Amino acid sequence: MTTNLLFPPPALLLIFGALLIPFMRGTTKRMYMLFLPGMVFLCLMALPLGNHWVIHFNGFDLILGRMDKLARIFSIIFTIMAFLGVLFALKVEDNLQNVSGLVYAGATLGVVMAGDLLSLYLFWEIMAIASTFLVIAPRTTEARQAGFRYLMVHLAGGLCLLAGIIFYIHTNGTTTFDYIGLSDTASWFIFIGVALNAAAIPMHAWLPDAYPMGTPTSTVFLSAFTTKSAVYLLIRTFPGTELLIVIGALMVSIPIFYAVLENDIRRVLSYSLMNQVGFMLVGVGIGTELALNGAVAHAFCHIIYKALLFMAAGSVLQMTGKIKCTEIGGLYKTMPLTCLFCMVGAASISAFPFFSGFVSKSMIVSASAQEKIFLIWLVLQFASTGVVDHAGIKVPFFTFFGHDSGIRAKEPPLNMLLAMGIAAFLCVGLGVYYQPLYNLLPYTVNYVPYTGAHVVTQLQLLLFGAFAFCLLIRSGYYVPEIRSRNLDADWFYRKGAKLVYRGLDKGLNGLNKNTEGILIGSVKAVAAAFRKATISTTMFFAVNLWLIQGHRGTRLDYKKERLYNDIINGTMPIGIGAAIAISFICLVFVMN
Amino acid sequence: MKKELTIFDKPENVRRLLIGFFIALVLVLVAEAFVDMHGEFHVEHFYGFYAVYGFISYVTLIFVAKALRKILMRREDYYDN
Repeated sequence: MTTNLLFPPPALLLIFGALLIPFMRGTTKRMYMLFLPGMVFLCLMALPLGNHWVIHFNGFDLILGRMDKLARIFSIIFTIMAFLGVLFALKVEDNLQNVSGLVYAGATLGVVMAGDLLSLYLFWEIMAIASTFLVIAPRTTEARQAGFRYLMVHLAGGLCLLAGIIFYIHTNGTTTFDYIGLSDTASWFIFIGVALNAAAIPMHAWLPDAYPMGTPTSTVFLSAFTTKSAVYLLIRTFPGTELLIVIGALMVSIPIFYAVLENDIRRVLSYSLMNQVGFMLVGVGIGTELALNGAVAHAFCHIIYKALLFMAAGSVLQMTGKIKCTEIGGLYKTMPLTCLFCMVGAASISAFPFFSGFVSKSMIVSASAQEKIFLIWLVLQFASTGVVDHAGIKVPFFTFFGHDSGIRAKEPPLNMLLAMGIAAFLCVGLGVYYQPLYNLLPYTVNYVPYTGAHVVTQLQLLLFGAFAFCLLIRSGYYVPEIRSRNLDADWFYRKGAKLVYRGLDKGLNGLNKNTEGILIGSVKAVAAAFRKATISTTMFFAVNLWLIQGHRGTRLDYKKERLYNDIINGTMPIGIGAAIAISFICLVFVMN
Repeated sequence: MKKELTIFDKPENVRRLLIGFFIALVLVLVAEAFVDMHGEFHVEHFYGFYAVYGFISYVTLIFVAKALRKILMRREDYYDN
């Protein structure tokens, strides 16, 4: 079905709508910023399934509104997220952040609803650029440098995607896409470009590098869109790709070690984000209906609770100016509501029964069990315990309890509390009343999350993990909080690249210098020899000529000296030059 | 300024919380006997497998992370020029 509706595509509504924000002030501006995602939500509700806003362009179809069950659920959650993000950042008086946040959300909607590769690429790049502005929003040197690295990585990924798209169009003769699957060169390029945005190991370092740099509010936006839109694309184009199971397994397990060690709460949450995306990628890699449903549901729930956790961290940062484990602690005393919301987020990400993570993550874990992939199943269970540690315990414990830092910060403003409250409500709501979410999933759901066995086994896993925490922290064996930096893959382009640069500097510049020395030296020597030879030849002919003419003594010496000076200074009269030349020719003639 | 919450400043409150937590631990272990377990893998049928696995995973995670810190940790200003 192809229709053109009365309203513009939601992506363009948000992007162009956001560009008007700088022309407004005060309450009008705030109302307008909340109105935009609200309006988009209504549009999405009114949009029937099918392809909309199809534009014929240069022999290709641009489809700006592919609406199927998969695109619908992702566009709904991204719109909800845009609303929560705007509400949380409502008091931010910075047009750069206000505009780029909504443009970013709009571009993500564009990616989700793109039915062809060209418009997909366009929105993909808008996302990269808009999100870079959110990274550099604090306008510190640190943030600017991180933003630069972030942009470079994403432009490289974008180029990879573009190369893949061009190959794809060349091979298939069409720009429309759906399932692609890893087969030819084109699909590999597309896969790498998309997987980079999903922070797939080993192309992940940009995430924990850049996300903790944003402002308290901009990081909330960042946490939601880039990785999950990549997950969406992987679900659409590469379901059942076994490589994704491997990447996913690495992503659920490696970042949790970093999360345990990390001191910056927002960096802990960034690693935790990677871990959660890892669960989704395992789901995509398994590729059964249950696994894909699980990946979609988990993305949906994850966006909300991860945003909630970043909002709680952002509130702490905004109200105390600090966000490192070593600097904060005991904040529950004056920020009880923020603490409560953070704990709801923590319970959700830990997949506690009756919180949202439980109804989505268990689908992926069950899918791995159904497919009898024992090792992956063990890794997923291990990672679930890991989540309890870093996001479930570490974040709330070291922020709001733990050692009393003496900081007595107030609760954040009402709009921030409200955004966190809504997110927390959704976390609990989805955990208890999950049927609406299951109805939205792309495949029919025959899964019951709340069986006695599920609840009991999950509680055993979580509570005994927490029990281990109690024992370790009481006995002093728990990882101590240390101000530090932990090496990750960004080392390769931050330090490694510098080493390579220095190596090239020493090597190539040295080579350059030596070559120059040899070349210039020999040219100089040849030139000097040539010059000397010219002078002596000229003098030889001239002196012989003068001897024949009968010049002797001082007269001859005087003439010799004058000629010599003339040659050196280049002021030789033309006549003499001509005479020499002629005598030279005569000599040659005689000798022949 | 609003009154501060000081509930966890009192050691007896922390103790009460911990006792509650330990009771919960025992309850979830006992509860396994009363639910219909339907695991796909053989190991799931060992009584208390999840509790043991959760505990071991957690301890492993912490100790491996501590070991990794020796390799990975640098000064906070490592990347600053």
